[in-house]
Amino acid sequence: MGNPVFHTDSITKIYDTGEVKVFALRGVDLDIYAGEMTVLLGPSGSGKSTLLNILGGLDSATEGAAYFKDMNLTAMTERQLTAYRRDHVGFVFQFYNLVPSLTARENVALVTEVSSNPMRPEEALAMVGLEERINHFPAELSGGEQQRVAIARAIAKRPEVLLCDEPTGALDSKTGVRVLESLAQINNELGTSTVVITHNAAIQNMAHRVIFFADGQISEVKVNESRLLPHQIEW
Amino acid sequence: MQVLDKKLMRDFGRLWAQSLAIALVLACGVMILVIAISVERSLSETQSTFYERNRFADIFASATRAPNDLKREIERISGVSIVETRITQFAILDLEGLDEPAVARLVSLPPMGEPLLNIPNLVSGRMPDPQFSNEVVVNESFAIANGFTAGDRFYATLNGQKRLLSITGTVLSPEFIYLIGPGAMMPDDRRFGVVWMGYDALASAFDLGGAFNDVSLRLTRDANSQMIIDELEKLLAPYGGTGPYDRSMQTSHMFLDSELAQLKAMGQSVPPLFFVITAFLVNMVLGRLITLEREQIGLFKAVGYSNAAISWHYVKLAIAIGLFGVIIGWVAGASASYWLAGYYTVYFHFPYLIYITSPNIYAISAMAGIGAAVIGATRSVLKTTRLSPAVAMAPPAPTRFKQNIFDKIGHMIGARQPFMMIIRSITRWPIRASLTAIGIALSVATMIATLFMFDSMDIMMDSAFFQANRQQVTLSLAQPKSHAVLADVENLPGVLRAEGMQTVAARLTNGHLSRVIGVEGRIPGMDLSRVLDASNDSVVLPEKGIILSERLAKRLDAQVGNILDLEVLQGQRGHFDVPVTGVIEQYFGTGAYMDLEYLSALLQQQPMVNSVNISIDENALGGLYEQVKAAPNIGGIVRWDQIRQGFTDTIAESASITTTVYAFIASLIVVGVVYNSARILLSERARELASLRILGFTQGEVSFILMGELLFLTVVAIPIGFVIGYFLAYAIVESFSSDLFSLPFYISRGTYAFAGIVTFTASMASALLVRGRVNRLDLVSVMKTRE
Repeated sequence: MGNPVFHTDSITKIYDTGEVKVFALRGVDLDIYAGEMTVLLGPSGSGKSTLLNILGGLDSATEGAAYFKDMNLTAMTERQLTAYRRDHVGFVFQFYNLVPSLTARENVALVTEVSSNPMRPEEALAMVGLEERINHFPAELSGGEQQRVAIARAIAKRPEVLLCDEPTGALDSKTGVRVLESLAQINNELGTSTVVITHNAAIQNMAHRVIFFADGQISEVKVNESRLLPHQIEW
Repeated sequence: MQVLDKKLMRDFGRLWAQSLAIALVLACGVMILVIAISVERSLSETQSTFYERNRFADIFASATRAPNDLKREIERISGVSIVETRITQFAILDLEGLDEPAVARLVSLPPMGEPLLNIPNLVSGRMPDPQFSNEVVVNESFAIANGFTAGDRFYATLNGQKRLLSITGTVLSPEFIYLIGPGAMMPDDRRFGVVWMGYDALASAFDLGGAFNDVSLRLTRDANSQMIIDELEKLLAPYGGTGPYDRSMQTSHMFLDSELAQLKAMGQSVPPLFFVITAFLVNMVLGRLITLEREQIGLFKAVGYSNAAISWHYVKLAIAIGLFGVIIGWVAGASASYWLAGYYTVYFHFPYLIYITSPNIYAISAMAGIGAAVIGATRSVLKTTRLSPAVAMAPPAPTRFKQNIFDKIGHMIGARQPFMMIIRSITRWPIRASLTAIGIALSVATMIATLFMFDSMDIMMDSAFFQANRQQVTLSLAQPKSHAVLADVENLPGVLRAEGMQTVAARLTNGHLSRVIGVEGRIPGMDLSRVLDASNDSVVLPEKGIILSERLAKRLDAQVGNILDLEVLQGQRGHFDVPVTGVIEQYFGTGAYMDLEYLSALLQQQPMVNSVNISIDENALGGLYEQVKAAPNIGGIVRWDQIRQGFTDTIAESASITTTVYAFIASLIVVGVVYNSARILLSERARELASLRILGFTQGEVSFILMGELLFLTVVAIPIGFVIGYFLAYAIVESFSSDLFSLPFYISRGTYAFAGIVTFTASMASALLVRGRVNRLDLVSVMKTRE
């Protein structure tokens, strides 16, 4: 294992609606290491998305601290968080969130244009096997292809971490596997630390480590001695 | 309350800012409609009541000296019901506290009883006692301007005799609702007034005993006024009659009517613009709402609501927005029109105001306003009926984009992706983008088409006051005098130069078209008052022939080379054939110009002058005033520097008010269009923009994508607005051309710049209002939700 890219120090997140207080996270301590592929598993409301949002600089913790390397995310301003996301983090969403008015290449270029050391959009799309479809608009691509464009967009700026929220949630098994292959390939070839949130227990077998969430806490951490390749996974 | 109605109320509450932006645009249209119609009707009614109660005459004529017996012959003309004969003259007044002489129009009151026609309305004091020849009443505004009350006195020079007159009261007259002095271009209550006094006093002062020089007629209902005018002219001809005319040529009536016509035109032409923009905005907002509520509409249909019920639900929302605007417009219109009618009452010197506010106006404006909103809703509402429940409940297919020529250009210039997003959005929805741009352009055009008038007036003023008339003072003589009088005037203290001219009342006829005007006989080479064409070049008068202003030439359908019949209506009357040797474009009046030598030769007399233009050493003005006040033969004085100042002040005052009002109205249009466009773009793109924020785009970069499109459309729309404004202004110039004046067509760079800057600022301010919402985008929910 390398050095931790993320370190959290008993993070607590409380959603206060005035009448009721909902504990989304109850003192989570966690390290995520460089180059690691981590899967966060757990039922709805178990706190895994909240944690991912805090690590991605989209949400703030009520108590405790979260670090990216030696940067304290919980102490950053909105402007600093924007810069953090821009420079260090790649996001992959369940519903792809591509810009419909931009082609595949342009959706990737959207990010590379504002990055300091990006790969070429064509290169990023080739890594996810879409070199043939670079001039297609999202409406002309299948769901799996759209998600792979989203992955290309996320990794084109060579981020240190890739945060994926239910990346296969909207896909069938066959196209989902193709997406997972891309994620695994990126993790292997670029060494990008990858955190995948999923409901899908089958996916855990391709991770280095699996972190189980329940009721706002980590209930179990499992290290996979041997990992499956994506095409060996089925659901 | 039904559930759908609860939804309606909540939708309306949620859309309040957008509804308000639309409602304000609609309110402008409703307000202008209510104001224009209420004020026009109220003033028309006030005018006709005042005319009726105070028996305003139908026909007017003047003569040099007609015997009183002629009255009976006039009464015998068929169709004449009442005849009033009077003496009217001009006189120089010497008022306390006023250095320069003032001028009065003197009007005689009958020796017994009150006048039969044009009855003055007593405002304060009492009418003069015919037994006392020095008792007078004056028009109210003249009294107010000079601080006169009953009992005050002032000096007047009547036919060379200085008399002390005593004011017994103040009056308002239907004849002088809009009062303007001879040679003046603006009312000046301080220096021009109407003085009514006993017939005997005036008759003896002007040697007109047993005679009259002014007659007015009231006609029976079915009288043929042209025939009566012809008859009257024949009767007055031997006595120096200068051609009778009807109300349409009576100065006060003419000004009032043109003002009322303008109000009416405004009520008919301006509000539709606002209604069209309202329809467009409702279409835009409702279209978006229905797209967002697609799944709900599917659900309503699935649970059994009919197409009609769903359509009606959305139409009601449009009606609510329309009603919101109509109510604001009503309240603003009602208060503004009452205030404005009151303002006009004072401005026009009506004794009272008959304020008419009929429910019709409100009903019509409500129908028009709500109708516009409903028409705007139609297209979107029809879209709901075409949705099948199953399709509606599934998420909409992603919008399809295609590459086009703009993409190639974008790639060629190496445009960044946010820029490409803007270009694609515009080319993907070209109609929406065009309508937004047209809305913005109309705001620019509205400002140009109203504010250019001040540019035009600048040109007109410069031409009339600084180029054509360079004299400081014009004296009008009570009787025409020979050239020798110029030497006398030049000998007055401080006078540097004196130039004379003669104006002769005449009828010009070309075929069946004719016009009664004053023909100016001028000495070639006059330097103070010059005849200029539209390019401000001095026009050389031909040795023989007449030069017509373009407006007069049009009325007579006359061209260079035509021979006109010139019928002189004063002195030694007669008909003369005169060739038209030139037609010149001019802004004021219907002028006709001849060489004085040629005119005098036609009249078989020595060249005479009846007005003298003077340039004078400013310091010597006081001395000139003293002389003029005492001079027997001077009928009037015009101070050109005061006219210039008065005109400049009046224009400056109304310019600042008008500019503010129209800049405000135009800004409302821009806010209505741009704010709604921005809200809709944001609603369509919220998810896309939030995704970009997650990807590390700053608030500024994301706002650029949203505002860039509106910025682009605004920048494109402004020059389009310039072009529309140019043509609108041209149409206005054409429609404004009347017998009184025509506007020069000129739009200054400043006007373009002002319209552009106001629109640009309003547009960016409305977009910025929406920017706050970009900053509050919920990034977390975007991770999870599908649109």
